[in-house]
Amino acid sequence: MSKISNSIISQMITRFGASSAEFRDETTLIIQPDQIVEGCRYLRDIAGFNMLLDATAVDYCPATTPRFHLIYHFYSTKKNVIIALRIPLNGNEPEVQTIESVYPNANWYEREIWDLMGIHFEGHSDLRRIVLPVDWVGHPLRKDYPLGYEEVQYTFNFDDVNKRKRYPKD
Amino acid sequence: MGIEQKLGDMGVVTTSLESAINWARTKSMWPMLYGLACCAIEMMAAQASHYDLSRFGMELMRASPRQSDLMIVAGRVSRKMAPVLRNLYDQMPDPKWVIAMGDCASCSGVFNNYAILQGVDEIVPVDIYVAGCPPKPEGLIHGIVTLHEKIKTEKLSRWS
Repeated sequence: MSKISNSIISQMITRFGASSAEFRDETTLIIQPDQIVEGCRYLRDIAGFNMLLDATAVDYCPATTPRFHLIYHFYSTKKNVIIALRIPLNGNEPEVQTIESVYPNANWYEREIWDLMGIHFEGHSDLRRIVLPVDWVGHPLRKDYPLGYEEVQYTFNFDDVNKRKRYPKD
Repeated sequence: MGIEQKLGDMGVVTTSLESAINWARTKSMWPMLYGLACCAIEMMAAQASHYDLSRFGMELMRASPRQSDLMIVAGRVSRKMAPVLRNLYDQMPDPKWVIAMGDCASCSGVFNNYAILQGVDEIVPVDIYVAGCPPKPEGLIHGIVTLHEKIKTEKLSRWS
């Protein structure tokens, strides 16, 4: 039984076309990308979820068709409930509206998602890399990014690996 | 031997310039504060009073590379930090030595991926590798003592 009142969920379903799922007292609303900003504004102003706890993204690359799921967790400090919002996105360079105007702390979360997953946020004030070096190419946490590991150097292949290892000149 | 025999008990010893200089360099080496990750805790523990590092002359760790001669790279070095590390190494005046402390500095340890430098010897020349995750303070001290022995066999031409 969810602690979130049913009226909020039913409002989200009728107004924004969301679909809800529940698992062990945790409610998740699945919503389409064009409805995010209004949905978040409704959650903040009317439903009382005044805090963005976390923003993250998942890559389900070969498995399911909407390749990315963007996940936001909102928290209501008055009622002590957490609600999750899932936004399915497709394609290699998905574009989505930023919710920075609604929750200002989404700034760094969205920078991290852009850096590691490659989901572009339209309207973001300062979208640049936050975790990786500035001139890095690629988005490492996608499923099709190579692991980038080096062959382990045992005694039997020591010389082979040594030939390809980088050493400084001085 | 000659002068000592002639002068007897005058309190004079003779030795070669090389061994004197190497002895002086060994006995008062100042490490640079370069603790990056978990190995830094063991480095601090080695510096503290129980396993004292100041009995080896490393009384204080200098934060400025201009005033230090030993760089103990303690911890994993990410690709974002690598140019910074090389910069600081270049700012250290000669003579300088590098100890790669721990598994991550020697060979990237458990992190075999795109973001961590596979061993700090990709960018700086390392003299001593200390294994361990993290190495015990006694392990670091063993590394330092080995470095001292290595320096005692150094030629003057390395740093001139």
